Amino acid sequence: MAPLLNVENLRVSFPTHRGRVEVVKGISFALGRERLGIVGESGSGKSMTGRSILKLIRKPGLVTADRMEFDGIDLGAQSERQMRDFRGARISMVMQDPKFSLNPVMTVGEQIAEALVTHERLGRREVQQRILDMLAAVRINDPERVARLYPHEVSGGMGQRIMIAMMLIPGPELLIADEPTSALDVSVQAQVLDIIDDLVRTKGMGLILISHDLNLVSRYCDRILVMNGGRIVEECAAGQLSQAQHPYTRGLLAAMPTINEQRAELPVLDRTQWAGT
Amino acid sequence: MSAIELKNLDISYGDSKVVHGINLAIAEGESFALVGESGSGKSTILRAIAGLAPDWTGEIAVLGKARSHGVERGVARQVQMVFQDPYGSLHPRKTVDSVLSEPLAINGIGNRGERVEAMLTAVGLDHRFRFRFPHQLSGGQRQRVAIARALMLEPKVLLLDEPTSALDVSVQAEILNLLKRLRREQGLTYLLVTHNLPVVSFLCDRLAVMRQGRVVEVADVEQLKQGRLVEPYSQELLAATVA
Amino acid sequence: MTTRDWLLDDSPASRWQANVGRAYRVFTALLRNPLSVLGGVIILLLILTALFAPWIAPYSPTGQSLGERLLPPSEAHWMGTDELGRDIFSRVIWGSQITLTIVGLVALISAPLGLLIGAIAGYFGGWTDRVLMGVTDIFLSMPKLILALAFVAALGPGINNAIIAIAITSWPAYARIARAETLTIRNAEFIAAVRLQGANPVRVIVQHILPLCTSSMIIRVTLDMAGVILTAAGLGFIGLGAQPPLPEWGAMISRGRTFILDQWWVATMPGFAIIIVSLGFCFLGDGLRDVLDPKSEGK
Repeated sequence: MAPLLNVENLRVSFPTHRGRVEVVKGISFALGRERLGIVGESGSGKSMTGRSILKLIRKPGLVTADRMEFDGIDLGAQSERQMRDFRGARISMVMQDPKFSLNPVMTVGEQIAEALVTHERLGRREVQQRILDMLAAVRINDPERVARLYPHEVSGGMGQRIMIAMMLIPGPELLIADEPTSALDVSVQAQVLDIIDDLVRTKGMGLILISHDLNLVSRYCDRILVMNGGRIVEECAAGQLSQAQHPYTRGLLAAMPTINEQRAELPVLDRTQWAGT
Repeated sequence: MSAIELKNLDISYGDSKVVHGINLAIAEGESFALVGESGSGKSTILRAIAGLAPDWTGEIAVLGKARSHGVERGVARQVQMVFQDPYGSLHPRKTVDSVLSEPLAINGIGNRGERVEAMLTAVGLDHRFRFRFPHQLSGGQRQRVAIARALMLEPKVLLLDEPTSALDVSVQAEILNLLKRLRREQGLTYLLVTHNLPVVSFLCDRLAVMRQGRVVEVADVEQLKQGRLVEPYSQELLAATVA
Repeated sequence: MTTRDWLLDDSPASRWQANVGRAYRVFTALLRNPLSVLGGVIILLLILTALFAPWIAPYSPTGQSLGERLLPPSEAHWMGTDELGRDIFSRVIWGSQITLTIVGLVALISAPLGLLIGAIAGYFGGWTDRVLMGVTDIFLSMPKLILALAFVAALGPGINNAIIAIAITSWPAYARIARAETLTIRNAEFIAAVRLQGANPVRVIVQHILPLCTSSMIIRVTLDMAGVILTAAGLGFIGLGAQPPLPEWGAMISRGRTFILDQWWVATMPGFAIIIVSLGFCFLGDGLRDVLDPKSEGK
């Protein structure tokens, strides 16, 4: 089967007063209908990678790639108008904080409806039914009541589930989730990720999960890319993370305290060794 | 004598009561954690002890002395606080040097230059950073400055409000090591607020689990390490972390 | 090591070097904007002109010569002469001193006053805030020129009273800005930190809040300067500002009004001066806004 997404030699750069600085330095990967995790620390270029797939990087940022194909279509050659048909309909993105992603003056139901009718023509009753089904699918108990609420009336976890409902209702083939749970409490995090996981599996979508949390990514993905300083330093199956080879990955793993912590001191990364900049 | 003692502490914000009937005693030299989800009132307790949340009833005693409701000058040399956000906790127009000299100037302590240099060394910051502005520092370096600022007055008690949750994993490790070393070297008492149980396991001796403004359970860190927390809610939190 | 390296050093060796370095960065950023450079040059020229007026002006600003009344611009009189035979160019040059005095004193009186009142109201809140902002609102609700007129009428005409009147009418706008800024800064963690170190409210406001309000204040004051010059000229025009024979630009326009159709230069030349200086302040203010905005800092 041809890969869903194929990226070769992707570079993203921004101008500074010291000339152009590359934040993504030529990375390549392919994605099937699977769950891919991209992990890295702040400044590793992981978020820029996610955004450049949807061509969401604004000028003066510059994105170049030898190849960036989604389902055989060259994304690089698409105009801004054509990209709008892609976004939401075939590739969706869930951002970090629902507080900033939801429109404060529209009810939850209206926003989900908008996401749906932008890409599909449907009757009113059908739209309503699809919304309620979708809200039920993200495990909201009382969908009819929640659809009438405004974003400030829902909790963070509920807000993020609504975002997911909004992103998944047009039935995209690829979901990019950029730190979807880092603004949420631990117990809610698991719920939200379980929902994403469940929907991705049942609908047979591709998932790119971008996070700084190695444990979280290894739990919810099949394959992991570790990024540092704009490059992929390690690629491995999620199960094999504990046998990671690259010293950076090993350093990250070791630096995390565990619940049964016996070490008197945590090992610290020697930054000079892989300093990308 | 307890470093911090809370008796029947209720704290309100405006009309709503957010913390209900807290009774805790933290021994001198102990490292104690308040854990819970957002909205559980754990940060509010820190702010009340510091004097930043003045609307409370009950008793707060620091090092055996009852505390008034506002910010007190006398308490400044006993209790200091480190905040969560390393980007919001440093004045954007002040150099590291003036940030660290300020507490000395306020309290009329001399020999400032030497003290600032000594503190930079203690928190592991190169002296090159002394005259930099916050925007010239990374998140981890800023948090080191914030810790240094809190220690300038040589307090006995340090209130830590999620000191590493805004940092990357590898930077978090550095800051946690630093906090552990400083506590050992200066005999500090820590009251740490966090939602991260592994951090508690690394840094603390005891913990209190909070939910909706109440303490659910007070446990020894060994209980946490071995997964022997008693209350169902504590177990729930633990499961969410371990899974 | 060159001076430039010293200024842009990432690891300054003293507080002085750090602050000078920051000022230098602001300055170089300002230089990248051609309009603000133009504004800066105009203001600089104004200051130089005012300082060296006695040497620049070819004639006395008040010396009358009735035989040379209302001469058009010529080689001898670059801007012509007025109805009393005074050289207009010399009067415009000397007038720059008056303009600069007005602008400087108004800024010196009203900006710190507004800054302080706004910061106190914002920091303490509650009744202090309500009372101070009530007073501010009363001043703001009246048109500036009318209010200034009323003050001058009460104090008596003259340049000093005009300055006081303009200063009294312009602080409320600054108080509003300072209060809004203070409200956003007040709950910042770095303010909580200095309070925990035992700083009293005076110290918190003066050392920690005011430095963050000043940049928006500088921008606002610079942009308002054009308005101040126009108000001063307006008062002079009505006859309540500078009194004759002082060469104040507004008063000069007022006198030239009578001959505007036949001897256009009498009113137009000081008019040009007002327009150019006002524009200079506006350009500079715009440039400063881009450079000093705290949000753009560090990029």
